[in-house]
Amino acid sequence: MDWLRWIIFVVIILAFALSFVMAFILLERRIVGKFQLRPGPNRVGPMGMLQPVADAVKILLKEDITPAKGDRWVHRLAPIVAFAPALLVFAVVPFQGKGPGLGFSLDQPAALADLNVGVLYIVAVSSISVIGMIMAGWASNNKYSLLGAMRAIAQMVSYEVPLVLSIVGIVIASGSLSLNSIVEAQSIPFILLQPLGFLIYFLGATAEINRAPFDLLEAESEIVASYHTEYSGMRFAMFFLGEYAYALGVSAIVSVLFLGGYKFPFGLLPQSFIWFLAKIFLVFFLMLWVRSTLPRVRIDQMMAFAWKFLLPLSLVNLLLVAAEGVSTIGFGWAAVGINVILAIAFVVIWANRFYRVKGVTVG
Amino acid sequence: MSFLADYGYIGLFFVVSVVFALTTVLIPQILTALGVIPSKPSPAKSATYECGMDTIGKSWVQFNFRYYFLALLFLVFDIETVFLYPWAVAFNKLGLFGFVEMVIFVGILVVAYLYAWKKKAFEWK
Repeated sequence: MDWLRWIIFVVIILAFALSFVMAFILLERRIVGKFQLRPGPNRVGPMGMLQPVADAVKILLKEDITPAKGDRWVHRLAPIVAFAPALLVFAVVPFQGKGPGLGFSLDQPAALADLNVGVLYIVAVSSISVIGMIMAGWASNNKYSLLGAMRAIAQMVSYEVPLVLSIVGIVIASGSLSLNSIVEAQSIPFILLQPLGFLIYFLGATAEINRAPFDLLEAESEIVASYHTEYSGMRFAMFFLGEYAYALGVSAIVSVLFLGGYKFPFGLLPQSFIWFLAKIFLVFFLMLWVRSTLPRVRIDQMMAFAWKFLLPLSLVNLLLVAAEGVSTIGFGWAAVGINVILAIAFVVIWANRFYRVKGVTVG
Repeated sequence: MSFLADYGYIGLFFVVSVVFALTTVLIPQILTALGVIPSKPSPAKSATYECGMDTIGKSWVQFNFRYYFLALLFLVFDIETVFLYPWAVAFNKLGLFGFVEMVIFVGILVVAYLYAWKKKAFEWK
């Protein structure tokens, strides 16, 4: 029985990840097109829906090139190391909870494995991809690739700290590291209870998966295509798909940790995986919105933003949540009011400080 | 028992995802062998691409030591968070005592953080 369950979930996760990655690639190009007042790809199939398929066929038939001066085997292994962990994130994500839902009911949470250290697992697994990037950058024996890989490490290392600290607030409020219990604990979605934590996590995650405005390691005007400059064909596609798979992973984790996962807000409707998928699209749309609004930051600004802006705020968020936990305020609607006001106040005050002090400007 | 079994399932899922990635990379290799994908290697094609200039020297060189500072700071704060996670899970049982302990613990790190800031470890030059 357990094996049947495992096989079903492997199929579900693979189908979910691949179809959503395809959908994300198309959506990103279409929606960013709309933001920039141009149609985007709209020729292949109805409304350009078959564009990802056409791209996949094209990229599959491209010649596979390994640079002569590069390290052959590391160059070949890098895309696999970068892509394989991206799928692992979904192993602990709960698609629907135990009990009656919309349409059907389940006798246990719908996840491949509901680990009791789920949050730690996700933090650990989602950092592995940077090893693939370093391998690619190093093995290409190309100065742009190496620069890109070094930027990737610096970015990953800096943004990991505020990101992990912002999740501690969630763990305090829910009292568990299991993703399913975290969803169950959200009678009030944690985005309302910890708006500051959400902002820090969202920005940190955007930086970790190297999306705009933090896509420094892919700054075409500076370092060509950075670590995948020397890649072509399917191995390039692996990096590309890996990036989108991580974007999907981050959207799923944000939905689970902050938006209440498979629950309908405030329990107005029964739980269902449909709400979860809808929230994933919502978070991804937010990423696209950020991407099309903000220009790319400079590298010193990016480092300063992580260490001088996000890190202090994440410590403040942690103390705030902990203080509410020990005091009589608790984690109810009173805390929501206090936290929303304080989050706005902290962000405005701390951002102003950087705006005024010359030499350490962030914005 | 089911606690350990979960890890086993995830380990097997890891194998599945690696196999998936491997096959995706191997398909073009097979197609190249069958002659579907063109394979016409030339010295110019497999040269290092640096915007048309001939590459000077190797790129496997020593790198900026700034990254070393960042790595050190990252270690300090990452170990801090590793200690914070068990505390956060047991937060409700620890009560006020646990809260005060944590404030002292984070306070010590904040001193180190301010020191690093004053020493300009966060400046990117």
